[in-house]
Amino acid sequence: MSPTAHLVIAPILLPLAAAVLILVIGSRRIALQRTIAVASCLGLIALAALLAWRADGGGTSVYLVGNWPAHLGIALAVDRLAAIMLLATALLALPCLLFATGGWDRRASHFHVLFQLQLMGLNGAFLTADLFNLFVFFEVLLISSYGLLLSGGSGPRLRSGLQYVAFNIAASTLFLVAVGLIYGITGALNMAELAHRVAQVPAADAGPLRAAAGLLLVVFCSKAALLPLYFWLPDTYSRSPAAVAALFAVMTKLGVYTVLRVYSLVFGAEAGALANLAWPWLLPLGAATLALATLGALAARSLRQLAAYLIVGSAATLFVALGLASAQAVGAGLYYLVHSTLVGGALFLLADLVHKQRGNAGDSLRKLDRMGPKALLGTLFVVAALSVAGLPPLSGFIGKFALLAAVPDGQTAWLWSVILISSLVMLVALASAGSHLFWREGGSAPAPGRVPPLRGVEVGATTLLLALGVLLSVFAGPALRYAQDAGAQLMAPAAYIEQVRGALPQPGVAP
Amino acid sequence: MELALASFIGVLVAAGVYLLLRARSFDIILGLTLLSYAINLLIFSMGRLVVGKPPILRAGLAPTLANHADPLPQALVLTAIVIAFAMTAVLLVVAIRSRGDSHSDHVDGVEPRDGGQA
Repeated sequence: MSPTAHLVIAPILLPLAAAVLILVIGSRRIALQRTIAVASCLGLIALAALLAWRADGGGTSVYLVGNWPAHLGIALAVDRLAAIMLLATALLALPCLLFATGGWDRRASHFHVLFQLQLMGLNGAFLTADLFNLFVFFEVLLISSYGLLLSGGSGPRLRSGLQYVAFNIAASTLFLVAVGLIYGITGALNMAELAHRVAQVPAADAGPLRAAAGLLLVVFCSKAALLPLYFWLPDTYSRSPAAVAALFAVMTKLGVYTVLRVYSLVFGAEAGALANLAWPWLLPLGAATLALATLGALAARSLRQLAAYLIVGSAATLFVALGLASAQAVGAGLYYLVHSTLVGGALFLLADLVHKQRGNAGDSLRKLDRMGPKALLGTLFVVAALSVAGLPPLSGFIGKFALLAAVPDGQTAWLWSVILISSLVMLVALASAGSHLFWREGGSAPAPGRVPPLRGVEVGATTLLLALGVLLSVFAGPALRYAQDAGAQLMAPAAYIEQVRGALPQPGVAP
Repeated sequence: MELALASFIGVLVAAGVYLLLRARSFDIILGLTLLSYAINLLIFSMGRLVVGKPPILRAGLAPTLANHADPLPQALVLTAIVIAFAMTAVLLVVAIRSRGDSHSDHVDGVEPRDGGQA
């Protein structure tokens, strides 16, 4: 086995090693902790870029953990989709981490350990080709997210944390029911092997298998905050610490990713009786969620709540793209996914900066107060808002334009209306929020020293995240091409199935 | 045996869901625990219920499921049990802190206005 073959598992091992190292160092040497954490994030970006470059050949790199054949043991696999997700996570993680080094990491105990473990869980979930292993990585990232969310919190945040934890444990229980049923019926858990067996499942078993697949869809959609299951998100996200909420922007995208992976691979076009199980549900539900999230954004009481509803809206837009189930729509969706992850995260960081500058009013969109220096934050807000709302020339416009272009002729009337009207209303919501925050002032003149100075590292981190979004529009050509290739690869899963099922253990090495 | 186990799983799930819907943190923890027991039994039974067959290969017996119990669901259950334990512990800590902060056992942190049982 060539050493480069082990690259596939490196995005899991690197943050794990960093987490252990940081735990051993102890919280008193915070500078060293920060250095290791940042180095780990930089390493993850490099690894993700390398894997993305390798996956661009069109092949799927398979890594058999413990040298068992794929249908028996745990397999990891990197194709273009997994590489995109890894890269988006790594690019989001670095600014979030830098933002936290502005001071939050001192107040929340074990912040860096939990942050690295969260990255490990995310990367593992993107890499794994096994349904039960996906559950395990879900739990790894969830349990670290509980720690990140609740550490240093009290009162309302703890209450929304309790609901978040209980909700997610209930969802995990459903996940296990679905996994158990699927194993009982097909006798496999590897997704490629499942795809092979689901296509040949006897008619008598199709019903229970459909039920199991439906349960699994409910679980994934609850993570991604689709219509009946999104009520937990705005409350939780708007009460999380900024750096954590920004990192959570990728967690809803994890739900979208799992839906895309499982339902294009296992229950895709070639799944016989269960073919294309999810898509007819996702299109209307995604459109309805988008409409409601837009209304939520319009009614938001604070900038963080607004950002949370925009996250729900972006996941809903992605579900519309998935529901169309064409290579072109999915490709456009993947580009939009990266864009919305970066910009959504940036909005949370920005909301925290605004919060600190506005004295008693915080980031409220109802109360008025004096605000510290506005020019810089105002500029950042304009860039973020234009990008989120999808105005040219920023990445949101390119993503939405590509998506609109991918809508088939029969569906244009209602889908174009939903997407365009929701973009317009989001723009109105953002414009009203921006004018309230930056133009209207009230209260007495700020007492000297009441407003803390802007921290360079926090502003820098927010700017970096927004700059990544701008880069995504500058290099829209190659990025969109890569996303379209990934979409085409997903809609023709035969090669992936063959490569994972055909991966052979190394001879001469005992499993 | 199948009917007995299936009904038992059903009763556990029913009790778990009922407790989950009572919106009290202690009841939720109990409910989720019951649910996780039910799920463990479900996964375990997905390897088919067999009596007196070992899950580990034995010399002299052909290595097929006719002679052995399916070992994979047992491994899955083991993982699921460990994770459920950890999650229960986290939930307990959060619930205790939340109760201490809000002086209420209700998941919304305030008692419902009618004062009755939710």
